[in-house]
Amino acid sequence: MLTKNAAGVKARKRLCMTVNGRAVEIEIDIRESLLDVLRDRLQFTGVKQGCSVGECGACTVLLDGTPVNSCIYLAAWAHGKTVVTIEGLAQDGKLTPVQEAFVDEGAIQCGFCTPGVVLSTTAMVDSGKCFTHDEVRRELSGHLCRCTGYQKIVDAAERALREADVAADEHPV
Amino acid sequence: MFDICELCEPETLAEAKAIFRANPELKVIAGGTDVLIRMQHGNLAGAGLLSLRNIPHLDEVQLLADGTISVGAMAPFTRIFEHELIRKLVPVLGEASVSMGGPQVRNVATIGGNLCNGAVSADSASTLFALDALLKLETAEGERIIPMRDFYAGPGKVNLLPGELLVAILIPREGYEGMGGHYIKFAPRKAMDIATLGVAVVCKIRENRFVELRIGLGVAAPVPVRCFEAEDYAKGREVTWECVQEIARLALKPAKARSSWRASKDYREHLIEVLAQRAVAEAVKRGGGCCAD
Repeated sequence: MLTKNAAGVKARKRLCMTVNGRAVEIEIDIRESLLDVLRDRLQFTGVKQGCSVGECGACTVLLDGTPVNSCIYLAAWAHGKTVVTIEGLAQDGKLTPVQEAFVDEGAIQCGFCTPGVVLSTTAMVDSGKCFTHDEVRRELSGHLCRCTGYQKIVDAAERALREADVAADEHPV
Repeated sequence: MFDICELCEPETLAEAKAIFRANPELKVIAGGTDVLIRMQHGNLAGAGLLSLRNIPHLDEVQLLADGTISVGAMAPFTRIFEHELIRKLVPVLGEASVSMGGPQVRNVATIGGNLCNGAVSADSASTLFALDALLKLETAEGERIIPMRDFYAGPGKVNLLPGELLVAILIPREGYEGMGGHYIKFAPRKAMDIATLGVAVVCKIRENRFVELRIGLGVAAPVPVRCFEAEDYAKGREVTWECVQEIARLALKPAKARSSWRASKDYREHLIEVLAQRAVAEAVKRGGGCCAD
């Protein structure tokens, strides 16, 4: 239980989680953030390191379906959880409807904030809830886009939500 | 990487309390959205962490038999904001919860962590002051329940004994029942910002008179404060615009605003009066009253 860090010895821990649908078992250092493990050990470099203090949202991943900032989340805490990064969305080169919406709206400039924003939008779509314009803006408020392309990002999120709504009407579960 | 020397992850509350009694120097970590940021800034170097994240049931929101609402210390802000009980019975706490940080932070950050940090800007603190909330604190030896306003000792300091954990926030029935409420967070940005000033108001109105009024202020003094003079003044008075203005003037009494890079003392005092007016007026409306002049 107590992961003691004796002098010079790094405290390590076995971490089992599911990343993008695949079971991963890896030995980590307790000092690592989930961002460190995803980027540096598992090479999911679509998870971006921005501010490192939970302000910018570039490192956003879905943890059991919920957007979190992986830079201020201990990797050890992901044990037993399901993680989705931007690499986990498109299947066999086919973009998800959310990704398509971002392309169609031209909601991508430099692309650094895009993985996080797409994941937050995916979480909104997957929730099956309806969002007002203000609620969409609120749900995306944890992402900074330094190209300041916010209008098109919000447009893309609203398009994705609208299209998911139509799809749900056509193919009720 | 974070400068952590050890990470304890107890699976039960009893285990957590036993570890904390034996190792009172451990830094308790809940959501980590403050502790890990402080570490990222070079503070808390070499700390050992006691993580409460693996303990089940500490994040539940419940209505107890006597009408008390119990909010588990590990409840994340998103859960509080979305919870049916909170929406129905204490929407003002939901209002404060959703004003904190951004979605990714609210999904992880906990109300208990927000309080134990002792930050005067904590959006949940001024609201819980206004709601007359109690805190359930536990050590390996036993538990105690204290009023919110006995918890804050100074900027960033709270009255937790060595080895003591905040387990739940209790909002007694008298704290919320039949009350209209409103929280105003004033900050330069609508999201991802820290309050320049926070005003939380709850009130009970009958026949357009104040039966009860409670006002909590954040960032108006070194710790969150209640505005007892304003509250006493209101009691029994008819709701009029003049009365609301006087309440707002009296709300300044407990303030010990200071100048910081966020705002000057004068500006904060101006905010207290103006925002108290607005928050009281809105709370009155939600409580079924009317203060149109």
